[in-house]
Amino acid sequence: MIAEAGLAALWLAASLALLQLALVAIGLAGGKSDLLGAVRPVAVAQGCLTAIAFALLITLFLRSDMSVLLVVTNSHSMKPWLYKFAGTWGNHEGSMLLWVTVMGVAGAAVALFERALRRETHMATLGGQAAISLGFYVFLLFASNPFARIDPAPADGQGLNPLLQDPGLAFHPPTLYLGYVGLSVAFSFAVGALLTRQVDAAFARAMRPWVLGAWILLTLGITAGSYWAYYELGWGGWWFWDPVENASLMPWLAATALLHSVTVLATRDALRAWTVMLAVIAFSMSMVGTFLVRSGILTSVHAFAVDPERGTFILVLLGIYIGGALALFGWRVGAVREGAPFELVSRETMLVVNNLLLSVILGLVLIGTLYPLLTEAFGHKVSVGAPYFDRIAGPIALALMVVMILGPLTRWRRDRMREVGRRMAIPLVAGAVVLITLAMFAWGRIGILPFLGLVIALAVAVGSLAPLWKRNLRRTPLFTWGMVIAHLGCAVSLAGMACDSAFTVERLVAARPGDMVETAGWTLRFKQIIPIAGDNWTALQADVEVSRGGSEPVLMHPQSRFFASPPTPTTEAALLTRWNGQLYVVLGQEADEGRWQLRIWWKPFVTLIWLGGFLIALGGALALVGRERRGWLLKWRARKATEALA
Amino acid sequence: MRGLLVMLLLMLSAPALAQSALPPAPYADRQIDDPALEKKARTLMETIRCLTCQSQSIADSNASMAGDLRSQIRERIMAGEQPEHIRAWLIERYGDWVSYEPTAEPILWPLWAAPLLFLGLGLLIVRGRIKRRRS
Amino acid sequence: MRKLLIWLPLLLFLGFFGLFASGLLRPDDRIITSKLVGKPLPPFVLPAAASDRPPLANSELASGKPRLLNIFASWCVPCAAEAPQLMALKQAGVEIDAIAIRDARPDVDAFLKRYGNPYARIGLDARSEVQIALGSSGVPESFVIDGKGRIAYQHVGDIREDDVPMILDRLRRAQ
Repeated sequence: MIAEAGLAALWLAASLALLQLALVAIGLAGGKSDLLGAVRPVAVAQGCLTAIAFALLITLFLRSDMSVLLVVTNSHSMKPWLYKFAGTWGNHEGSMLLWVTVMGVAGAAVALFERALRRETHMATLGGQAAISLGFYVFLLFASNPFARIDPAPADGQGLNPLLQDPGLAFHPPTLYLGYVGLSVAFSFAVGALLTRQVDAAFARAMRPWVLGAWILLTLGITAGSYWAYYELGWGGWWFWDPVENASLMPWLAATALLHSVTVLATRDALRAWTVMLAVIAFSMSMVGTFLVRSGILTSVHAFAVDPERGTFILVLLGIYIGGALALFGWRVGAVREGAPFELVSRETMLVVNNLLLSVILGLVLIGTLYPLLTEAFGHKVSVGAPYFDRIAGPIALALMVVMILGPLTRWRRDRMREVGRRMAIPLVAGAVVLITLAMFAWGRIGILPFLGLVIALAVAVGSLAPLWKRNLRRTPLFTWGMVIAHLGCAVSLAGMACDSAFTVERLVAARPGDMVETAGWTLRFKQIIPIAGDNWTALQADVEVSRGGSEPVLMHPQSRFFASPPTPTTEAALLTRWNGQLYVVLGQEADEGRWQLRIWWKPFVTLIWLGGFLIALGGALALVGRERRGWLLKWRARKATEALA
Repeated sequence: MRGLLVMLLLMLSAPALAQSALPPAPYADRQIDDPALEKKARTLMETIRCLTCQSQSIADSNASMAGDLRSQIRERIMAGEQPEHIRAWLIERYGDWVSYEPTAEPILWPLWAAPLLFLGLGLLIVRGRIKRRRS
Repeated sequence: MRKLLIWLPLLLFLGFFGLFASGLLRPDDRIITSKLVGKPLPPFVLPAAASDRPPLANSELASGKPRLLNIFASWCVPCAAEAPQLMALKQAGVEIDAIAIRDARPDVDAFLKRYGNPYARIGLDARSEVQIALGSSGVPESFVIDGKGRIAYQHVGDIREDDVPMILDRLRRAQ
């Protein structure tokens, strides 16, 4: 019954999306504006129905209902409940249902809470949202029904990919997804504004919280995903420039650029066409990313739910929505006026440079990811990996970080070079100190990019705090704090990346139980190998006692795990976090003569990478809350003032 | 009991891995004593694509063939061979695919030109937005 | 100029769309073939992998007559599945040599006893060195070697029943 109810809810939601689109189309184009009154309730109802359908699918997974095909292929009654729950979206159909649920709920929120936008643009936006949802409803109902039954029902399910059975990964994909799909709202705003030709500061202010929200979630999702790859894959790497990773990075890059350009549009009513373009591109990147991951046209370590037929379906949706939006852009944007040009030394120009560099990085990641596909069409197989991206995108990213110091220290409209230079003095000194220190102690031992990375990281860290200089900290607006913390997060993250590539110490040994290993100031005693059993896995576990400089020894337990359903071996690294870095121990294969391979890394300050990611998201959250609160306050004061007048 | 569990583990893992039971090659997971040479080898290994696992470098792979290739690379570096020579040797056998670092083949020129092209296009778009200096 | 820039995103997208479509239409091809096909075998000398078969060196493959060089391992499941086809090829008069990858002599002996022994010579490549030198990326693989010791053809994966005539044809053409 539950499965049938879920399917019914989905069909009903799809019909409502069609109705919503029709109401908007007839209401706006046919001039029957009384129809538009029904759009908002329909959008809200549609959102509720998607949420119900998703909740019902979760129920099926939690109950291990083995008469439902999706549960059979992706779950197992012996799994811990958390992974039954997370199994709901750890597969193609479930994650597509999550996709339409997020779109539906976001549409409902736009219908309920959006007040700043003009009515026609608001309605056109809801129409756009319904149009996109509709395509994905069709995809779900006709090509990937999550509620399909299986008859006869098997005794038990086939289990979930063990790599996905990890608390971090249970929540990483939905976070990323919320971000991906949250960008659809910005996309709908852009389409709506192009349809009504109302691209202005009010439009930017209405769109900003949505972009910020999606961007925060993307940041968190990427940060979590990177940490997951770091400890789960067991090789100490945290970013591999794998196609799937790039697919998540591209929407983030576009959203970051959009976040900055939307500020220019909101403050100076300029960069109209560009901002609309970025809003279209950001969600397009989400869809392209989904396509790349699902179609399997690029090989990846993370590829899941690969199916060329689904790929074809997503490609058609891609063609309709992206192609349609870009055609609309070309057709309508000529009518959108651009404001007066900017002064060379001004906040606006800095933000334009920020957008330029972010777009170039985005373009490079995109072309680097797709290039193997291009050459394969000519029968030539190539690989584009870390050496290309590091070497090409790395320097541009560093240049972007330098602009990040300059931007917040430059005034809107017009500033003077000398003034900016004066404000830059302290960050420059900070950078110079690192430069000299490193040059004295580490010259020639670390690569040029990590070297520059450390110098720039400290300059940015100091520079990011500069906007607070000589200000009353309690009266500084929350969104300024947000910017400061997000920029500081970038510096922190960059410092972590540079430290990891410059100072990591690697030690590979084959050791017998009882052996001692010394590395990077740590003493490791390999005590024994014992077999242990978990809920749905068995493992060989090494007991390794580590200590540093005569400190209290700590036991670490790296494991080599084996999951029975589906049969898969995994390595579970053991991590020991200290304030100045992480000790990372992996149990490898059995070597000859009773010895075991141990891989040991001491990674100074590596945790800064993810701490920085978290700070960036926190900064975004503060900016979001700050902006919204200010909006409410202004409205509240205005109402008080009118009441006082009356 | 414990012995049984170990046996069960080994029995279970053998067909799933479908990899050789031989221990890893001598330098598969053993570093070169000279840190400078090890760094050279490590940098090269990070840019060589694993043949049996498709989307990982041989430095990050558990596949036995990746281990053998790591061992071979370390041994050849110790014998004094230059990393780029080993890369060329591998490309001669497996094609450009094996190197994560794109080569200088003509088909890859557009990829290397991309950053300049994009920056140029970007500056072209930006040019109109910025006021020229009034002298 | 502005007009061009406005339509540029759509043009680029159409290009990407075409690329994606061609990627989907193209049959899935994850096989990395050896670039040494058409070139002479790299030099190698390997010890014997089985108790009752002589060892293998590249010079012995340039025997004036085409031969099949099979790359296999006793621990590889598809290699066992391939065994009947190799026996059929041997029945058809093909001379087959082999390289056992990451293997040990007792294991190879047991494997041959169980699945049959179609090989004339078997070399032991305990560290995949010759396999890598050949540009081979897994087991099983088979190379057709012409009479002068040049690689004429590479077959990646196990030889299925319907591949046998094709392999015979390749051998004939390598004369």
